[in-house]
Amino acid sequence: MTAHLSRRSLLGLAGAGAGAYLLSACSGDDKSSDPNAPQTINWWHIQNTEPMLPVWAAMANEYKTAHSNVTFTIQPLENEAFKAKLTTATQAGDPPDLFQSWGGGVLKQQVDAGLVKDLTDDVKDLVGGILPAAMGPYTIDGKIYGIPFDIGMVGFWYNKDLFTRAGITEPPTTWTALLDAVRKLKTAGITPVAIAGKDKWPAHFYWSYLAMRIGGVGALQKAVDDKNFDTPDLVAAGERLKELVDLQPFQKGFLGAEYGSPDGQAATMGNGGAAMELMGQWAPAVQASSSTSKKGIGDKLGFFPFPAVDGGKGTATEVFGGGNGFAVGKDAPAATIDFLKFLLSVDNQRRSAKTGAVLPTVKDATDAISDPNNKVVAETLAKNTGFQLYLDQAYAPALGQQINDSVAEIIAGKKAPAAILKDITQVAKTA
Amino acid sequence: MTRPSTVSYTGRGDTATDPPAPGPGTARQRGRQPRPGRGGVLAVFLTPALALFVLLVITPIVVAAYASLYKWNGFGLPENFVGLDNYTRAFGDPTFRGDLWRGLVLVLLSLTVQLPVALALAMLLNQPLRGRAVYRLIFFAPYVLSEVTTAVLFTLVFSPNRGLGESISTFLGAEAGAVFADPSTVLYAVFLVVSWKYFGLYMMLFLAARQGIPKELSEAAVTDGATAWQAFRHVTLPLLGPTIRISIFLSVIGTIQLFDMVWVLTGGGPIHSSETMAVTMYQFGFRRFEVGYASAISMVMFLLSLVFALFYQRVVLRRDTAGAITNQGGQR
Repeated sequence: MTAHLSRRSLLGLAGAGAGAYLLSACSGDDKSSDPNAPQTINWWHIQNTEPMLPVWAAMANEYKTAHSNVTFTIQPLENEAFKAKLTTATQAGDPPDLFQSWGGGVLKQQVDAGLVKDLTDDVKDLVGGILPAAMGPYTIDGKIYGIPFDIGMVGFWYNKDLFTRAGITEPPTTWTALLDAVRKLKTAGITPVAIAGKDKWPAHFYWSYLAMRIGGVGALQKAVDDKNFDTPDLVAAGERLKELVDLQPFQKGFLGAEYGSPDGQAATMGNGGAAMELMGQWAPAVQASSSTSKKGIGDKLGFFPFPAVDGGKGTATEVFGGGNGFAVGKDAPAATIDFLKFLLSVDNQRRSAKTGAVLPTVKDATDAISDPNNKVVAETLAKNTGFQLYLDQAYAPALGQQINDSVAEIIAGKKAPAAILKDITQVAKTA
Repeated sequence: MTRPSTVSYTGRGDTATDPPAPGPGTARQRGRQPRPGRGGVLAVFLTPALALFVLLVITPIVVAAYASLYKWNGFGLPENFVGLDNYTRAFGDPTFRGDLWRGLVLVLLSLTVQLPVALALAMLLNQPLRGRAVYRLIFFAPYVLSEVTTAVLFTLVFSPNRGLGESISTFLGAEAGAVFADPSTVLYAVFLVVSWKYFGLYMMLFLAARQGIPKELSEAAVTDGATAWQAFRHVTLPLLGPTIRISIFLSVIGTIQLFDMVWVLTGGGPIHSSETMAVTMYQFGFRRFEVGYASAISMVMFLLSLVFALFYQRVVLRRDTAGAITNQGGQR
């Protein structure tokens, strides 16, 4: 009845609100383009634990010493806390100057909203030295909006002792062999797999990898382009995952477990409580820091790539992964990009690599990888024949989160794979 | 209501007759005939509060209502008008319908378990008891903790492999470690934690109200031959009425808005089994960047709270609030 009128008045009110907000946003920040003017770089990163936390701090201090006009406000944040905090900041149109980014769909949304700086011209000299696979997620429509300092992949991290105790002589290379290994471990009274059900993203690795192995590396990109996930290959990936879930391979209380909490996925592995986990290159570092001994399981830890699936179109050399990088906020002071380049210098990449928590993206720094596990990951990564970025980063957030939620339903054994792919397709069509 | 009228009216006789006529009437008259200079004073004192109220309460509500009619990811201004689609979507979504159901379960549990327990404890701690002050302190202590602290504490207690809850329950021959990880138990586990934190508050409210009741009343009842239960049921309980009714109000509104505790304890999981409206709203607004849809959910929450609050205040609390105002202003 009065819908038209009220809508208009609502519009007016919202417009007034937005106007007031824009006014307030205009004041405040020093937007000087002079790199020598006094400026403060507001930096949010997610390396909030040893070993990288002090390394970043030290690098910032060195930069500050060399450039007396620059000061830093550094906010190290836990992964989930960072995402929540950044969301609020970006929705308010006020991103930090330098901040963690995984590239992909989330970065694209920030680019579309005009929140991040186009770095294409500023980083020309830097990009040549960076691994091309790492740059992919940060390159949107041919322009560069972020720089990766770390690139890695997801694979199985396993406890060699527990595998031996269960009579498994070598790491499984096919899905069938993996299921066999799980059965053997269960028979030996060992928890086969640690997983963080509360966090959801660790579970989405399983379905994504299975989808790549069954449908080939392009299957996931094609699904999002076609807005159709309800394909035989992707449903099969869900059914294969259900085979694993049906063996009840996970640790006690896995649906409530977080990744990094004192009783979570990483701690379970680090304390020797489970035989394997499917996780990214940071796994050894987090296992160590969240274990009770603070050392993890040391050299008992091994790595094998996600196995192939019989009859699948994909191969075990195609990798699922991604990296960590930094994007630059739209109002960042001039020195920010220079500081980013400083962080990505060969020397500083070497220093980061030496901690074992970062796999460098600068080619000349890869020789500094000392940790044997990291070396395996770097070699596997170097030989990759195809690359897929984490889905919750590659896709738009609504779709990425839906995949996490839906895969969680398979892991909980509550919904049939065919049904969840219909749910995902529904979101892909509307999001 | 079945309470015996004689007793309850002795307690509120004067209050019940006074309020309706003079109270609101005088206020209205004053409003209509401002004395000279009074308008300026009113403006000076009202403006700051009113400005803040409009800016921080009314504006967000209006903006949320506006955003809820759009498909909007939160960046820039909303442009894609979808009418009431977000609302139809919410009521068609099993998760959101589940939120409503779980909210109802939590409200019912609060009213049938949490408040009665608090009331019983308050009555107990009103008795002459050795170490009474210590008990009062202990029972009230959880309320002082922040929600997040409480939630973190209980995730540690019910940590599946090394928590205190697990050790104790194993000792007793049960398994409690995974209560937060089991979709069929998680909601009740969350309810227990919420109750643990809040029963102390309600206990204190009841205790304070109980102590405000003159001893002579129950003594008179006992002299007249009432048993302890009868004295409680027909003297104490009716006189606690206003406090009980306001406690129900606080409890229901608190449950509709339940967020922090659930978020930290379970994140709404596993598979949405402990999700509340506020958690769903957060998921869509801040994880999936579907701000329009999240706004629609927040509007539903707001309307539910508003309708309940108005209804409850008009119907249930009317005499309580009227009595309270006249008691303080007029009689005492």
